Amino acid sequence: MGFLQFIWDGIWAVLSLGNFALIKILLIANIILITVSYLVYFERKISAWTQNRIGPNRVGWRGALQPFADVFKLLLKEDIVPEKANKPLHTLAPFIALFVAFSTYAVLPIGPAIQIGEETVNLVVADINMGILYVLALTSIGVYAITFAGYSSGSKYSLLGGIRSSAQMISYEVSMGFSIAGVVMMAESLSPIKIVESQSGLLWNALIQPIGFITFVVAAFAETNRLPFDLPEAEPELVGGFHTEYSSMKFAGFFLAEYANMIIASAMIITLYLGGWQIPYIETLNLGTTVTTILQISAFMVKMGALLFFFIWVRWSIPRFRYDQLMSLGWKVMFPLSLLNVVYVAVIIMLFNV
Amino acid sequence: MLTEFGKIFIFILVAILFTIIAIYAAKLIRPSRPTKEKLDVYECGENIEGTPWVKFNIRFYVVALIFLIFDVEVVLLFPWALTYQDYGIYGFLVGIIFLVVLGLGMAYEWRKGDLEWARPTPKKVDVKFEKKNLLQTNSQINVESEN
Repeated sequence: MGFLQFIWDGIWAVLSLGNFALIKILLIANIILITVSYLVYFERKISAWTQNRIGPNRVGWRGALQPFADVFKLLLKEDIVPEKANKPLHTLAPFIALFVAFSTYAVLPIGPAIQIGEETVNLVVADINMGILYVLALTSIGVYAITFAGYSSGSKYSLLGGIRSSAQMISYEVSMGFSIAGVVMMAESLSPIKIVESQSGLLWNALIQPIGFITFVVAAFAETNRLPFDLPEAEPELVGGFHTEYSSMKFAGFFLAEYANMIIASAMIITLYLGGWQIPYIETLNLGTTVTTILQISAFMVKMGALLFFFIWVRWSIPRFRYDQLMSLGWKVMFPLSLLNVVYVAVIIMLFNV
Repeated sequence: MLTEFGKIFIFILVAILFTIIAIYAAKLIRPSRPTKEKLDVYECGENIEGTPWVKFNIRFYVVALIFLIFDVEVVLLFPWALTYQDYGIYGFLVGIIFLVVLGLGMAYEWRKGDLEWARPTPKKVDVKFEKKNLLQTNSQINVESEN
């Protein structure tokens, strides 16, 4: 008995290391994986619903096992690397894409701090004081994945797709950065948890600075390469864009990265503009800590679901931009608007001393 | 005791491990039977024409330069945004001057046409000249056929 107790103490010591860091890491990683695979399924179902079709309905109950079938199919496919390709870069590109998409989630909180025993546990993998910079830095690395993929494939379609995509992503990154500056001014912090806490009640940034909200959402669409900004893939013009020459799990890597990026973009929008896990004025109801916490985590999930649905809905409703329209929208509309937003927030803080 | 950055490090390690497993695990079960045709790059089924690294528009390079300038300015703006509420009217004026200079740079680039994406302008064709040429060649052909 004493021996078992000893082993249990050892396991508990490892598990509770640094406020249950390992548990949180495994939990978050699994949540992302499951959400990503089911997001693909939901995208197909919602697109079917939009276009008055049935969608996947053969594997499992109403096609619910479709993601697993897809993964097994991709696992069994031959991996073809073209002869003309630059092989090291060609292999590296999907790695970067997947790695960036998965490691970004480390700083985004999914709920308020909870008490386990004597320890206070934040529902985020790591509460660093410059989390927003971490996200910005990693999403910038994501550009390399697409540029490498485009350059190294040795195909004209890939090259054009990769270059288009990198130009698009860096253009919208600027207005994204300026929009975030507005949020940072309100919250006086770069920590996602502090930013969420600064939006208590109805002081949601989406309501205070609607211009910044719109520019950020548009930039998020452009950064994730979703329609109406999916120029890099533009099927009728560029075959598959930067992933024309990828097959098997390397193709799946890009595919999963795109959906993981959607999740991260939604989580960022929620954290920065939609009050994170908070429900306005829930503390006035006196529901007790546990119920409040559960409600707040579900509020985060509901917001997440709504935003992901919005992403998919937009994709199946709006046609693609032409490339010069895309660039002029980015530089001539979004960029000045996000600059204006910074000035507007500065004036608001001066006037009302929020 | 694990610091917050230590947790991020572990998370990044998990992410790297996951990507390697996800992409390389399938190597054990998938087939590998390359042929010459399979290893060619895709070009709509035709034989490959010329080098894959084709010339592309110089505009992309200009966009990258503009991005570099403005992204550095975003970096400069973040510390100001972070401490903005501590400095009152002084911080406000400093920020506004910075943003005005930035806006002027933007206006300059706009005026110079660096933000315009190159669009193909239709070539002006001298219709009369073409017609004359056409008639000439026709008559020549006629002459030749008569001979």
